[in-house]
Formats: sequence, C-alpha cells, structure tokens
Amino acid sequence: MIRTILAIIVKEFQQFKRDPKMFGIILIAPVVQLIFLGYAATLDLKFIRLAIFDQDNSRQSRELVKELEAGEIFIVEKYLSSYSELEENMQSGRILVSVVIPDDYEKKLLRRETANLQLIVNGSDGNAASIATGYLSKFLSMYSQKYTIHLFEESGMRPPPIGTIIAEPRVWFNPLLVTRVYMVPSIVGLLLSIITLILTALAIVKEKEIGTYEQIIVTPIKPYQLILGKLIPFIILAYAAALIGLAAMWIVFGIPVKGSFSFLLISSFFYILSTLGLGLFVSTISKTQQQAMMIAIFAVLLPMVYLSGFAFPLDNAPLFVQIVSYFIPLTYFFVVIRGVILQGNGFIELWDEALIMLLMGVLILLASAIRFRKKLD
Amino acid sequence: MQDSISNKVILSVSGLRKNFGTTEAVRGISFTISYGEMFGMVGPDGAGKTTTLKAVCGLLTPSEGQINLFGGKVIRSGKSTQRRIGYLSQRFSLYGDLSVDENLDFFARIHGRKDYKKDRTSLLEMTRLADFTTRPAEKLSGGMKQKLALACSLIHKPEILILDEPTTGVDPVSRRDFWMILSQLRQEGLTIIMSTPYLDEAERCDRVALFNKGTILKLDNPVRMKETCGFRVFEISTPVIREADDLIRSKFPFAPQLYGDRLHIIVEPGSKIPEQILHLLTENGIIVLSSGYITPSLENIFIKSTESEHAG
Repeated sequence: MIRTILAIIVKEFQQFKRDPKMFGIILIAPVVQLIFLGYAATLDLKFIRLAIFDQDNSRQSRELVKELEAGEIFIVEKYLSSYSELEENMQSGRILVSVVIPDDYEKKLLRRETANLQLIVNGSDGNAASIATGYLSKFLSMYSQKYTIHLFEESGMRPPPIGTIIAEPRVWFNPLLVTRVYMVPSIVGLLLSIITLILTALAIVKEKEIGTYEQIIVTPIKPYQLILGKLIPFIILAYAAALIGLAAMWIVFGIPVKGSFSFLLISSFFYILSTLGLGLFVSTISKTQQQAMMIAIFAVLLPMVYLSGFAFPLDNAPLFVQIVSYFIPLTYFFVVIRGVILQGNGFIELWDEALIMLLMGVLILLASAIRFRKKLD
Repeated sequence: MQDSISNKVILSVSGLRKNFGTTEAVRGISFTISYGEMFGMVGPDGAGKTTTLKAVCGLLTPSEGQINLFGGKVIRSGKSTQRRIGYLSQRFSLYGDLSVDENLDFFARIHGRKDYKKDRTSLLEMTRLADFTTRPAEKLSGGMKQKLALACSLIHKPEILILDEPTTGVDPVSRRDFWMILSQLRQEGLTIIMSTPYLDEAERCDRVALFNKGTILKLDNPVRMKETCGFRVFEISTPVIREADDLIRSKFPFAPQLYGDRLHIIVEPGSKIPEQILHLLTENGIIVLSSGYITPSLENIFIKSTESEHAG
C-alpha cells in the first residue's frame, strides 16, 4: 500500500523537478505576491489631497488654510475660484476633499457665531472618503478648541475650568493600527489556499487531459492510494510555501509569529484538508485544466475569500452572509492565523476553531474522495 | 499459432450494451476469447471497438450485459484482476516529462512489482529502447513512444494484453517492429485483444470481429471468414477506372469497390455478371488490362457485410 503511494509521490516530485517554472510558481511566486500584496493591501491613508475654495479670503480664512497645510496629513493641491472649477477637479478624481470657506466666515467668527465650512468629499472610494472626513472633522474640532482658547486669551480672560472626557486608547496587537499588520498574515493563509486548491485540481485534471489517468486507473491502484499519492506532494509544497511566506513576513514586514508555532502548523494542516478536498472535488467535475482553473477560482476561491472576512469585516455584513461565512473553513483559518501571529494565541484560545476546521476538512475530503471514482463514465 | 490457444475461456462478453446519453455506442454484442488467443477488432471510427475494450478493462460500466474476465465479473473485480491486465490506450498516455526508465519504474511500482529490474532490461531490449533509457518520453519518435507504452503495459507481466489501436499514426517501419514484438508475445502464450482500423493487421489475428455501428457483423478466423464468405471477387484492372465505374453503375444495380486502378465486383458463385461487365466495357471502348477472380480480402467482406446490413 505504502509502496504504491510512494511511487506516485516520487513521480510527482520527479515531474516538479523537470518543470522549474512550476517549481518557481509554487515556491517563489507566493513570496513575491506576499511582498506586493503586503504593500498594496493597505487601508491606511497617508496623504489627503485637498482643494480650497476660499470665498471669504479673509485673515481668518487664510489662517485656517495655513494650519491645514502645516500638518503632514493634508496636501492642498488646488486653490479654487468657482464652483465649476471645484466640480471639474472633483470629477477628475485628483482631489479627495474640497473645503469651501463661505464669504461670511470671518464675519461670523468675529460676531462669536458658528461658522459653517462645507466639505465636499469624493465618495467613489468609500473607505478613503470616510477616513478623510474623520481626519478633517478631528482637525476642525481641535482647531475650533484652539480658536476658543485664543479668544479667551485675547480678551484677557482665562477659559472656565470645565471637566472633559478624554479617551486614552491603547491599541493592542497592532499599536499603530497599520492595515498591513492585519492583512499580511491573512495573505499567507490565502496563498496556502491557492496552492492547495488550484494545484490539486489542476494536477488531477492534467492526468485526465494527457490520458495518463486512463492508464493509471487500469492498474490495481486503489482510489485512496491515488488520492493520497496526489495530495501528499501538495501538502509538502504548501507547507514549504507557507514557511517561506512566514519567513518573508518576519524579514520584510517585521511581523513575527507571536503565538504557538506548532499550533499554527497543526491547524494549517486541518485547514488544508478542506482546500485539498475542494481541489479534489473540482477535479472530479472538470474535464480540462482550463475548466478546473475557472471553477476553482470563480466558484470556490473568490466566494471563499469574499465571505471569510479577508477583505470586509463580517460583523457588519448582512445576517445571511454571516451565516454562510460559518460554513467556510477560511473564516476560521483567518481567526487562527491572526490569533496566533498577532495576538500570540495558541491551542487554549483557538482549539474550537481548529476543531471546526478539522471536522470540515475531513468531511469535505471524504465527500470529494467518494465522488472520485476509478472510472471514465 | 492456433496450437497454442487453449480451450479455456479467458474473457467472455455477453449482451454488452453501452449507452452515452441517447447514443448507443455498443448494442448488445457477445463473444469469448480463449487463453493464448490473438483477437482482433476491426471497424471504422465509432464502431464501438474502444468502448468495448474500455468496458473489458473496467474503465466503463456497461449499461447492460456481462463481462467475465479470468472467470469473474469485471465490474466487481478488484486488485487481483487488474494486476493481470495490460492495457495500452488509443493515444500516447505516458508521462512525457519522465524518462523511459522512470516511466517503466513508475508503472512497475504502481502494479506492486518489487523485482522488476530484470524484466525491465529484457523489455527494453525487446522494444529496442535500451539505448534511450534516460531520454524523456516526449522526445521519442511516435513509434518509440508506442513501444515504450507497450513495455509499460507489460512490465507487470499481465496475462491478457488489451491494445486499443496501438499502431494508428505510427510509421510503417515502427509498425512492422511493433508487430514483431506482438508475434513474439503471442508465441510466448500471452492473450492479446486489440482493436485496429487496419485490415492487414487484423488478418494476422487468430480471430477477427468486424465491428460496425456498435454491433459485430462477423466473427471468425480470417482465413475461414474468406473461405465461407459466400461470394467471389472479380477484379478488373483498367487505366480509365472512373469511366468504367460510372458505366457499370449505370447498367447494374450495384457499385464496384475501387482500389487504385482496379475494380472489385462482388458476385455470387457461378454468376454470369463478370462476363456481362467485360462485354459492356469492351463494347464501350474501355481498355481492360487484366481481369479474373481473386481471394476475397477482409475489406471486401467488411464492405459486403455493411452493404448487406444496409439492405437488410
């Protein structure tokens, strides 16, 4: 039994060895992707491009603009002179926020009245828009406070002693709230999914396509031996890619594995049981590699990624999406991978997720193995 | 050759039917094959030969009927039966990126063979591939690829060798080599069942089944098939074959079979038709280079059988 499985494993590695491109795709591409995605997959906004439409053009309005420019967050790209110019700049997408200062801005401030500023935000990138609005609101609130103190000082009075509530946030696990820290470990998980799912599906369908599958199934080999022989090399390669990915994550992004490394390896195995199973399933319903690739990506991988909390937080998703996400193994794997790498967790905190992944993996793999027959019809 | 054939049945196919959706690929065929026999299946594409062979190997599940191999049902057969089958599929289906040796090693190992090195050497010698052991299979010529595939299907020492059009697309020299190997295997007592589109290859088999549209039209020893076909073939050689063909068609209710510069006319024994045709041709100024009765070929028999089927 073991000799037969070994024969297939040896054959698979001989074929890998003969195909350096494939070897590169499996082991080097993940690291390159990790680095690129690590830099690209960030929700942080470093610069906010502003346009100023100062209708007042007063000392006070110029003071406000000077303050805006003084910081490192806002960059004033344009000074506008009309609404049509404002519209044109917003339309072109060069400006994220246009600040409109009304012509009675200074007058109102001098009369100790509330002066309203208009912020016109480009909402086509909702995430950037909400971050920019938040930054600007915070800036204007601080500027307003500063102005009030200035008024008191100008009139020779002291501001009345009033109690204020100040929040002092201490962010754990990702103190600087850098998106990359949150995303990179998930990308490692994603790469593991891609390697195991797509390569498994392709490897088996390739045998069907070139006719070797027909030749193999006439031999006394049992379906489980064939499945194990085909899957074990991908488990080994997936671990190799994951270890390279984790090393790159540490070296390039300075994100080490804080928690139990052994638990991460074991739970990764539980997770890839389901992706290998799904790859096997795709191979049973595909006749060509092209078909397998399309099914693996569009019918399995993308829905899995969208509904597992990789890109969007599931807490805000509609109830049915949340329910669906409970049936996706990647949802649990993201919890595990982030928990172990960022929060320093291990078996005690994450055993239930690991158990769910194991059960799901065994079920998916078994169901796919049952579908996998040593027949052509 | 006939002497080495045992009376013991190795394969029995009974009422085999195989449908793919609404298409009937095989329509209730039956035949038996004895140990040591070389059995040929001849017929055009889509006649049901490959489907029958795949069902015999257990690759396809019959829609109806029964296949018994080594005395047991193929559908329920397990490891023990498959270990005794050697199968060579229609298209080259080995690993192109693996070498000749690696392909042989792989197929020996998945058949569970441990001490196969000696057999590997003799197979490489028999197929004249001994000088190419490290060459990737994809770099071999078409004929060498087929010989390697044959060696891979023999590495586990099967009792029955199932070949699906093994020489299709192979050059004449390689085809001759391939047949020399098959003859040697046949002499060693291996049972061979093969499909082929070439009637000259079929004539070398102990028995031949003529397949058409999922049925067996005739099944017999090729020599006996010719002797008992019940008709004679009158051959006419002429430099103006088209005119002669058109003229015969216009005057007689049958069509001659055309072979290069020769016309074959199938007639009942004792028929006066050949004389009438010769008279017609000379009367119309068509030169006849030679004429006379010849032994019917399998092709004549096949064409006559399909015509009878249409007429029936």
